[in-house]
Amino acid sequence: MIQLAVLLGFVLAAASPLLHRWCGDRTSSVLALFPALLAVWLLLQAPTVVADGAMLLEWAWVPSLSISLSFLLDGLSLLFGLLITGIGACVLVYAGEYLKGHPDLPRFHIALMAFMASMLGLVMADGLLTLFVFWELTSITSYLLIGFNHSDVEARKSARQGLFVTVGGGLALMAGLTLLGVVSGSWSLHEIGELDIDLREHALYTPMLICLLLGAFTKSAQFPFHFWLPNAMAAPTPVSAYLHSATMVKAGIYLLARLQPELGGTELWVNTLTLVGGVTMFTGAFMAIQFTNIKKLLAYSTIMALGTLTLLLGIGTQGAIVAFVGFLLAHSLYKGALFMVAGILDHETGTKDVTVMGGLRPLMPITAGVALLAALSLAGVPPLLGFIGKELMFESVLGASRFRGFLIVLAFAAAFLMIAVAAVVALRPFYGKRHQTPRVPHEAPLAMLIGPALLAGLSLILGVAPSLLTGLVSSTVSAVVGEPVEAYLSLWHGVNLPLVMSVVSLGLGYWLFRHWDRVRGKLLLLAPIMRNGPEAGYEAIMAAFVRFSEWQTRLLQNGYMRNYILVMLLTLIGLVGTSLLVRHSPIIAFEFDVRFHEAVVVGTMAMGALFAAIARSRLGAVVSVGAMGFSIAMIFILFSAPDLGITQLLVETLTVILLVLVLFRLPRFSNLSTSLERIRDGLVAATVGILICLLILTAWSIQQFEPISGYMVENSVPLGHGLNIVNVILVDYRALDTLGEMFVLALAAIGVIAMLKLRHDASPPSVTEGKKTAAKEPYDG
Amino acid sequence: MVKSGTLILNTAARFLMPLQLLFSVFLLLRGHDEPGGGFIAGLVAAGAFTLYLFAFGVTATKEVLRMVDPRDLIGVGLLLGMISVFPAWFLDQPFLTAQWWTIPVIDFKASTPLIFDIGVYLAVLGSVTGMVMTLMEVDKDEP
Repeated sequence: MIQLAVLLGFVLAAASPLLHRWCGDRTSSVLALFPALLAVWLLLQAPTVVADGAMLLEWAWVPSLSISLSFLLDGLSLLFGLLITGIGACVLVYAGEYLKGHPDLPRFHIALMAFMASMLGLVMADGLLTLFVFWELTSITSYLLIGFNHSDVEARKSARQGLFVTVGGGLALMAGLTLLGVVSGSWSLHEIGELDIDLREHALYTPMLICLLLGAFTKSAQFPFHFWLPNAMAAPTPVSAYLHSATMVKAGIYLLARLQPELGGTELWVNTLTLVGGVTMFTGAFMAIQFTNIKKLLAYSTIMALGTLTLLLGIGTQGAIVAFVGFLLAHSLYKGALFMVAGILDHETGTKDVTVMGGLRPLMPITAGVALLAALSLAGVPPLLGFIGKELMFESVLGASRFRGFLIVLAFAAAFLMIAVAAVVALRPFYGKRHQTPRVPHEAPLAMLIGPALLAGLSLILGVAPSLLTGLVSSTVSAVVGEPVEAYLSLWHGVNLPLVMSVVSLGLGYWLFRHWDRVRGKLLLLAPIMRNGPEAGYEAIMAAFVRFSEWQTRLLQNGYMRNYILVMLLTLIGLVGTSLLVRHSPIIAFEFDVRFHEAVVVGTMAMGALFAAIARSRLGAVVSVGAMGFSIAMIFILFSAPDLGITQLLVETLTVILLVLVLFRLPRFSNLSTSLERIRDGLVAATVGILICLLILTAWSIQQFEPISGYMVENSVPLGHGLNIVNVILVDYRALDTLGEMFVLALAAIGVIAMLKLRHDASPPSVTEGKKTAAKEPYDG
Repeated sequence: MVKSGTLILNTAARFLMPLQLLFSVFLLLRGHDEPGGGFIAGLVAAGAFTLYLFAFGVTATKEVLRMVDPRDLIGVGLLLGMISVFPAWFLDQPFLTAQWWTIPVIDFKASTPLIFDIGVYLAVLGSVTGMVMTLMEVDKDEP
């Protein structure tokens, strides 16, 4: 059961600290067995998937809410699954060496394994809600991993930013998925795929699509939400290689591809995806060349790739989908490898700045070779897989039905900028003059080389022999197109316009690389504009949030009990009052039949309340409140509710005891309110009293349903085995409520105890008294 | 502030506390058929300890309670409440369905509602006693 395997990932995450105790430094490699075995399993399933189109592995989870843990394994999820497990295994082995001896390595493993399992769940989930749960889990694990180095302020800030942007989009996604479920009447992806109705014609199509796209765009760092991704580079490099280039950021792309057959192809879809994708593609490429930090360079080039993938889905022709698959695969392989190379460079030289590296090739020949291979794929040079991806991308853009000229310019510009980036990453650190670096570099250890070498090697092998991929590509394209189609990748497409564009862009890219330092200097002039980009908007929104919450905290939560009560009562008047008086009208439909003794008790109660309000001493107020409470108990007893009566009496007694205990701790009894405030408070109190009274009388007069008390009386003995109905209600009929109340009571008690003890232990007693007085009543004394 | 040690209070508390505790158990056990129940019984028991607290102070009351911390009572109460939830689950019935067993020799009706009610009793007892005791403890050290 693949579901169990994925859940095993979470178990392994939880168990990894234990594993550390047994395996020490080898833990990473041991954990890597999990994705490696899963990758093998997925490969073994590949022939079945290719032959049948899709496998449905059913598992009901919460059937009553139609939430299932069913997995759908078709070409698309198989491709993503292979990337997640394959690159995951490489990254784990790599990370074991990269973070060797790091005291927080167990924590790293917990988050990384949990991420891996969530990501697998995300791409294989068949249920919409399951998909959403896994989606959010990837956001949370990503947050934990970006903020891994949590003593660093920048890392924390970046982690928070990534979380806010992706989880904010996640909210939109939840709305979108809910709409999708409601509109289609099914909560399962494969059933939605087999629907007869056309979702595109539905009245709710536009809001649904906008919500879904918001979710996908924030997750996949599309313009204008792209800014969180470069900041996420605060994470350790293995994380950047895995989450923020190869897998998690592609979750949005995955979702778009998954929804393409049902929701794609409309004007809104095509326009939004091509424009957002195109702009993202260019923005990423253009921003990339301005940075000398190797991780930022690669991060922006990832944004470029994500934009390209969105663009290709937007174009949506079969050729574009083939290009999408080719580009996706190529990008995951070379970008994973390049990030790991960046990590090696950082690890060995102690700097991330490519301009201070140089001439490292003799010292680290294997790394240099791997970097060159991966960068050639990034640049799109034959015979690497990246070349196939780029050729197909050009072809699709040339065949786009909308904005063709605009897209061609963007694609061409992005391509040649990428070539410059590839050259900077692969050539700058390894050739030229040797610079002094913070650390003396050596060739990286084997564990750090296996991963990138494997991925770069695959880029070459699959580039030379793309026929190996035919089955996988066919079934992935079929899944995205929505019907079975034949598709394949090939290296040589003949001499055509895309090839010409490739060659020209290679030349331009190399020229840009030669003059990179000068161009970068010129681009610095743009810095003032860059500072006002989308990130500034994000900052402004967050600052506004903080200001707003400060304002409303000052207003509503200022620490004065009387203020809280006033706010609560006014809210009560507002909500209940409008509902009762405006939307309905109070009805009193029964005879008043008051006996003398009842009048006496109620009179005592009212007098108690009145005296409590006007008493000149605190003790007098307590006694008056007590008198009122005992009168209430009397009423319960008069109307033959002994349980309530006893409870009220006991509670009243204990309240008086508690009041007596705290009475002497309170500041001097004094009149703090002006007479105007007293009138206001009196008015509010009287309004609430009258309102509640009317509410109860109305509720008593209207019987919309048969009261449940009859049922309870009848069944108390046969079902509840008890004669005391109140008790049967408490412990049997409504035991869940009571259970909740028990927890509330316990929490309140723990809170009171903790606050008293903390205050007590924190400062010497005499000071505590003074402080308490001051804190409670600043105007006093 | 709370002065302990008046003769009448001391004597009364010494006799009343065991009686009150006994009464609380009585209320607890009969609660399913007649007025009473876990909540009321818990309040009565808390009243017993509060009386003792007023008469003899925190240290003496702690000695009466021996090893038992009121906070532990809260925990045990919640635990019992949760325990009574599970039997129905294992029998494939809806959550919290009451289970009844009759113990033959003494003809006693044992049930999950009873366990639940004992949980309520302990939670209430622990909460109130804990709060009062902490309040008095804070007072005691202050001049």
